[in-house]
Amino acid sequence: MSFSDSIFWVFATTAVVPAFLILFTRSIVRMAFLLLGSLAGFAGLYLQLNAAFLGFTQVMVYIGGILILFLFGVMLTQRSDIPVREKVGPALAVPGFFAGLLLMAALLFIALQNPWKTHPPVPVTEPDTPVIGIKLLSTYILPFEAVSILLLAAMVGATYIARVQAPGAPDGQAELSDSNAEGRLE
Amino acid sequence: MECTLRPYLPIAVYGALVLGTGFSLTLASSIFGPRVRRLEKESTYECGSLPLGSSRERFSVKFYLVAILFVLFDIETVFLVPWAVVYRSMGLFGLLEMLAFMGILLLGFVYAWKRGGFDWE
Repeated sequence: MSFSDSIFWVFATTAVVPAFLILFTRSIVRMAFLLLGSLAGFAGLYLQLNAAFLGFTQVMVYIGGILILFLFGVMLTQRSDIPVREKVGPALAVPGFFAGLLLMAALLFIALQNPWKTHPPVPVTEPDTPVIGIKLLSTYILPFEAVSILLLAAMVGATYIARVQAPGAPDGQAELSDSNAEGRLE
Repeated sequence: MECTLRPYLPIAVYGALVLGTGFSLTLASSIFGPRVRRLEKESTYECGSLPLGSSRERFSVKFYLVAILFVLFDIETVFLVPWAVVYRSMGLFGLLEMLAFMGILLLGFVYAWKRGGFDWE
């Protein structure tokens, strides 16, 4: 096994093992941190495949942003709010078992029957970020500008849904924070 | 294959140092540290004062809006990076394109600002 192979296995293990551990974890905060390990492993794989832009985007957006969003979402909900069914009766277990079996059969059927269009690895010789930059501003200029519209819509939507009142707004409709959490954790 | 990860050698060394420091310090304090178990020591550390209520408290939902806005600006930054690497060769055209991109996003920024999305109270 060459050096780069062993590096690959380090990243692959970092990507897959936490993902498996998530299945056997009860604590949702631990799940989020295990997801961090998994995403970091994938970022390493991207770097090894010479996709530096993708790798660092993964670190910045998924590890730095989305995961924080997950953790905030967990912290926003109370522990007792999450219904965890401890014991499952046969009325649920038997249909659940067959549903799971059916899903597994369907996935296996697709995975084995589908003629996957595999591609021989293309050696990448130049750094990808400048290439992406040039393509983004020439060939793919319309999608690039459409992205800004999409981000604008998301920004406006998030602010609107959060019902942030303009300063001095007269109507006292649904406030952003519940009175319960007011004044804490400032 | 070795050449692809070669530029990241300093990052790898840095990461190994960070992990090594963290693990060795935790290990050292668990080996050499004195163990005194008292009720005060076992309680949650809250700046030295007695903890009030459960630590499992709901955070204010304001954090979530901040996080969403952060992710959006984060993605904006991701799109800035490939342009920043080639802005010299793209010249004025690239600059105008990026200005259009940023201008559209500035509208969202102004909207969020006007609606008080960045105000904490």
